[in-house]
Amino acid sequence: MNTFKNIKIILGLLMLTTSLIAQQTPALKQVKSVLIMNAVAHIGNGQVIENSAIGFRNGKITMVADARVIRLAANAYDTIIYAGGKHVYPGFISPNSTLGLVEIDAVNASDDKGELGDLKPHIRSIIAYNAESQVVESVRPNGILIAQITPRGGRISGTSSIVQLDAWNWKDAVIKEDDGIHLNWPATFSRGGFRSEIRTLEPNKDYAKQTEEVVTFFNDSKTYLKGKQAEKNVVFESMNGLFDGKKTLFIHTNEEKSIIDAVQFAKSQGVPKMVIVGGYEAYKVADLLKDNKVAVLLRRVHDLPVMANDDVDLPYKLAKLLTDKGVLVGLENSGGMERMNTRNLPFYAGTTAAYGLTKEQALSLITFNTAKILGIDQFCGTLEEGKDATLFISEGDALDMRTNQLTFAFIQGRKISLETYQTQLFKRYTEKYKNQ
Amino acid sequence: MKKLNSLLMVFLFTSVLFAQEYFPKNDGVHQKNLNYTAFINAKIYITPTEIVENATLLIQDKKVVAVGLNVKIPTNTNVIDLKGKYIYPSFIDMYTDFGMEKLRAQRNFFASAQYDSKKDGYYWNEHLKPEFNAFETFKYDDKKAEEYLQAGFGVVGTHLQDGVARGTGLLVALNNFDNNNTRFLSSKITQHFGFTRSANSSQSYPSSLMGMIALLKQFYHDANWYKNGNSTVKDLSIEALAANQTLIQIFDAGDKFNSLRADKIGNEFGVNYILKGSGNEFESIQEIKNTKTSFIIPVNFPEPYDVADPFLTNQLELSDLREWNQAPFNLKILSDNQINFAITTDGLKSLKSFKTNVNKAIQLGFDKTKALESLTVIPANLLGKSNEIGTLKMGYLANFIITSGEVFDEKTTLYENWVQGKKYVVNDFTVKDIRGTYLLTLNNEEFNWKIEGELSKLKSELISKDSTKIASTLNYADGWISLLITQKEKEKSIYTRLTGLVVNVDNLNGDAILPEGNKMVWNAKKINEFKEKSEKKADQTIPKLFPATYPNTSFGALEKARQENILIKNTTIWTNEKEGVLSNIDILLKNGKIAQIGKNLTDATAKIIDGTGKHVTPGIIDEHSHIAIAQGVNEGGNNSSAEVSIQDVLNSEDINIYRNLAGGVTISQLLHGSANPIGGQSAIIKLKWGLAPDELLYPNQPKFIKFALGENVKQSNFRASNPTRFPQSRMGVEQVFNDYFQRAKEYDLAWKKYNQLSSKEKAKTKAPRYDIEMNTIAEILNKERLITCHSYVQSEITMLMNLTEKFDFNVRIFTHILEGYKVADMMKSHGAGGSTFSDWWAYKYEVKDAIPYNGTIMHNQGVVVAFNSDDAEMSRRLNQEAAKAVKYGGISEEDALKFVTLNPAILLKIDDKVGSLKVGKDADIVLWNDHPLSIYAKPLKTIIEGTIYYDVEKDEKLREQNNVERNELINLMLQEKNKGNNTQIPQRKQPTLYHCDTLEEFTNAEHIH
Repeated sequence: MNTFKNIKIILGLLMLTTSLIAQQTPALKQVKSVLIMNAVAHIGNGQVIENSAIGFRNGKITMVADARVIRLAANAYDTIIYAGGKHVYPGFISPNSTLGLVEIDAVNASDDKGELGDLKPHIRSIIAYNAESQVVESVRPNGILIAQITPRGGRISGTSSIVQLDAWNWKDAVIKEDDGIHLNWPATFSRGGFRSEIRTLEPNKDYAKQTEEVVTFFNDSKTYLKGKQAEKNVVFESMNGLFDGKKTLFIHTNEEKSIIDAVQFAKSQGVPKMVIVGGYEAYKVADLLKDNKVAVLLRRVHDLPVMANDDVDLPYKLAKLLTDKGVLVGLENSGGMERMNTRNLPFYAGTTAAYGLTKEQALSLITFNTAKILGIDQFCGTLEEGKDATLFISEGDALDMRTNQLTFAFIQGRKISLETYQTQLFKRYTEKYKNQ
Repeated sequence: MKKLNSLLMVFLFTSVLFAQEYFPKNDGVHQKNLNYTAFINAKIYITPTEIVENATLLIQDKKVVAVGLNVKIPTNTNVIDLKGKYIYPSFIDMYTDFGMEKLRAQRNFFASAQYDSKKDGYYWNEHLKPEFNAFETFKYDDKKAEEYLQAGFGVVGTHLQDGVARGTGLLVALNNFDNNNTRFLSSKITQHFGFTRSANSSQSYPSSLMGMIALLKQFYHDANWYKNGNSTVKDLSIEALAANQTLIQIFDAGDKFNSLRADKIGNEFGVNYILKGSGNEFESIQEIKNTKTSFIIPVNFPEPYDVADPFLTNQLELSDLREWNQAPFNLKILSDNQINFAITTDGLKSLKSFKTNVNKAIQLGFDKTKALESLTVIPANLLGKSNEIGTLKMGYLANFIITSGEVFDEKTTLYENWVQGKKYVVNDFTVKDIRGTYLLTLNNEEFNWKIEGELSKLKSELISKDSTKIASTLNYADGWISLLITQKEKEKSIYTRLTGLVVNVDNLNGDAILPEGNKMVWNAKKINEFKEKSEKKADQTIPKLFPATYPNTSFGALEKARQENILIKNTTIWTNEKEGVLSNIDILLKNGKIAQIGKNLTDATAKIIDGTGKHVTPGIIDEHSHIAIAQGVNEGGNNSSAEVSIQDVLNSEDINIYRNLAGGVTISQLLHGSANPIGGQSAIIKLKWGLAPDELLYPNQPKFIKFALGENVKQSNFRASNPTRFPQSRMGVEQVFNDYFQRAKEYDLAWKKYNQLSSKEKAKTKAPRYDIEMNTIAEILNKERLITCHSYVQSEITMLMNLTEKFDFNVRIFTHILEGYKVADMMKSHGAGGSTFSDWWAYKYEVKDAIPYNGTIMHNQGVVVAFNSDDAEMSRRLNQEAAKAVKYGGISEEDALKFVTLNPAILLKIDDKVGSLKVGKDADIVLWNDHPLSIYAKPLKTIIEGTIYYDVEKDEKLREQNNVERNELINLMLQEKNKGNNTQIPQRKQPTLYHCDTLEEFTNAEHIH
């Protein structure tokens, strides 16, 4: 039976290379155990095993060891992949992502990233997540295997969920449902006049009013949740979990003053888990963040400095500045063309290594640290026994585009396709010219 | 004081005012006043340099009759003794909108765009209105005139500050006592231009600065053609422009670079504009000086920022802080550079700050005589009126001010401003000074009464014998004292009122009305003379000038970078030549060129750099960039804008130049956007940070123009409910091109035919109209101008190749070209190159099939492939984008590096000088710390023509210096605040980052490329 199925898959794959089918078919549940031998293993927590043996079965990592010391029975694993000179990494994680919520930016009909209204924690991204998005499959060949799908817009944009990127549908995809609520902190500056090409930003006169609205909403939610809830309020209801640490509060802001206010806000509201998303000026208040154990999902590394008089390399250096101060940092990627740019996440991490971090520290920014920040580190984020076998093999350093070349990728032990709509077009047109 | 004025006015109206002699007189009898007025014993500034002490000024009616030491005073003369006082010619402000209607913008952003003019009989563009005459709508504004008079002005030039061609301005005397027949010194004296759209018009074109420049140039061309009798139709705008050409031409440039731009237009059409500047001329003083023209300079210096809140202060750029310090030095710097300029009050929030600001400039070293000249003889001279106004010679208008001392002295009081022989009193010098301490006797009680303060605003302090202070309010006007005394009696206020006419300041007296209504006499004897309080010792230290840097922004240097001879030893060189990558080798840069590549090179003149472990590549060339462009990347007002040129609007101060250098970029092609099928002419620049805009231009550069296809040009993502601009589909796009090519062909033919005629035949034949747009497109047809075409899908790419082949030319570069891989073979045979993105896709429908293997497939088919940025961020790391060509599709690393160096040079036809490391080529190189295609590589030095424009070590120093300077300036501003001076709230200025689709009118949150 199994063999039959495998043949069918192979046949299917063969057909894919010649005819254009929209999406890659999700891989079947891991049946055969796999052993990866001799690769340089980047654990994700800073450790490296130069010559490793990594085994996994039934979707879970069963062994991470030094290949030079380990003794194994010849038939201990069904499949052995010899990967000498290659590198193994835990699957990269893209937090604060809108993958699968929009297919084509400018096509309004394909855009499901935001809902009307201002305070809407009840808006859940997961049910709109398109597991079959062509953009989603395009990020996997660069090592991004997990994403936090996050709604956009308004003061509270909604509730995110975390998915793995090889699935038939959202139910299949979800690895942590409703993991966090996203609050866009009021800006201290608001848009002023527009004079030739200069736009002026003026102090936001409504800042106090806007923050007060948030405080009121949180107070109301807490009061409601303490009560009998005789009549259901779906909005307050959806705040459940935030005050007992089951959900994380993600506060999106970049400005120093807002960050200080946000930290105080979360403290006074008794929100046990809070994360700053963006954090351009977080380095200025790093001690405060460290003392309050507030992590930062740092905004896109490949970005321009905000001010003309900022260090031209400041966006590249922020991760280092925060890490050195003891702040837990992950990398996020929101902004222009964010979905398609997800596949450049490894290179954002690579850039932080070019500007001060060690390569293994840089790797943690998109694996272990992010897993900790998202609260999924007990089952992913590093190559450690017992965790999901969500990992990949690259020909070389996966943080450098020069060498990021995946040969195998596994999600929960399932060997996923590294083909995409784009590789198919590549093959199709290469073929066209070959036949001319 | 005010009452005094009105009294005086009544007096003048009833006895002196006379209408023009040929006017009917129905309210009385005709009369003429031929009396003289003589001002004696004054220090008279006949001109700023001709000063006579104890002199006499004799005037009659509107004019000066005589001035000097030996003036004979006729018997019918009213003599005014001005002992100790000064007389100066009244000031002239040649640039105001006095008496003009304030226009409010009428643009409706929700209405469909208006492409055509609604005016009938005039030029096709509503933003050109030379037919407008300011005098026709002029309304003399008495109140505003008083403000000018109080500031010392006697004559102003005024016009409607609206539009690109603004029509004529008039010259008017600020004579509040006569009518316009008398006041108008000239009803049409100036013709005005500016770089602003007309507030009255919604016509789309021009939407950008480059559009305004092109529009004005075309207008001049059309006027010349029309003047020569070639037109078969009437055009009232052109006729007006031609008629106004004899007037003084003034261009409101409004910024130092715009001054240079306006001056260039003037040079092209033989017009000598007087340029109205903005106050930042000092930043480009050499270029400003080189215009050899005259300027009108404002004195609206910025107020210091309120920097008490550190969070807000963080939002200020160093350049904003610096501007506050530097702006007041502008006048001195202009003057030190022998630039001829008049001063204007334009831009001042209040005319009251005029004197303060000019005095401030003088305190900072601006010469007093120059200051006076720039307010009198220079504007008079610029206006061609130096025989009427500006000095106090015989026969000139009797426009003068009387002051207590030197006019630019802080303590000097301006007493009177006479205009056309009519007196306007600012501060009455005949008023009796009642300041001092008096013993007031009232109702048998004695008080100590102190009167002090400014004469115009007296303060009263009343103290009773038992030393209690009693509230009192003093009013002193028209020689009358009125004092209100308020006392408390059992929770109730009771009032005593004193009045009295001042006859003797040593003994004041008059009537008092007591609370109960009884009237009795009061008197006050002076017991102590008034003494000016020794003023707080004013801070006389002259503020230090924070010197302007090149450019005058963050990361600018105090001196322009200089060319050096540089020898990089023992390094790895990516030659892009047949030698490939060479290791352990030296490269010598000399006189801006690559002089030698080899082992063990030496050169005594060269600075040695150890290149061990480092890499040297040719400078990165970005084929598609939108940095360093001023005021609009798209001229989307028409579906073709071939007439506009990015070269006209370079902004050499854009911080992204420096940031790009820090990413190893040495050359960028700055392209027009993609809002319309035929865009504008592009500029190829070298990123020479710190030099003037024109110095950035690649010398003798090949001519390029931007074309565009697809969603942007058919306005797919505008979501306009009622589109009015053709084309709205790809089908229409072809027809737009077909139409323009055909018309340009016919245009070209018509000119060729005309040019072949003999001069005799030419005289008999009407010349074709010169059309910048058609001329540009004809250049394309004649293969003198190359196309860079924004393109995405295969159908449209094929269409354009097909169409251009019909017209016998080809497309040089398809830029973006994300479906190039589908038609790479056709591109190859057509001869087009592809300048694409490494991995962009999915941002709009037409890039659904974009793949990161695009570059590789095109390359494998023999197409010359480049990777470009179209983005100020990505251009900083194009080496990484090149590396993606290795990752996606597996081309060699050497070929990949060529995607961002040699190949764009080939496409831009500049590979004879740049793009590879070859002896004799320009020394445009990057020194990298690591393998240049690696994510870990960063430029250590970026060198253009042997000059180091970016140096990682110098960068750190600049940052430190900028921080020190920033803190110094912040401290100075805090001092200002503590002194109680006005401050402004910090604002963050956020420059727009241009992309292909950036339209000033239609900015979306997310950009579409």
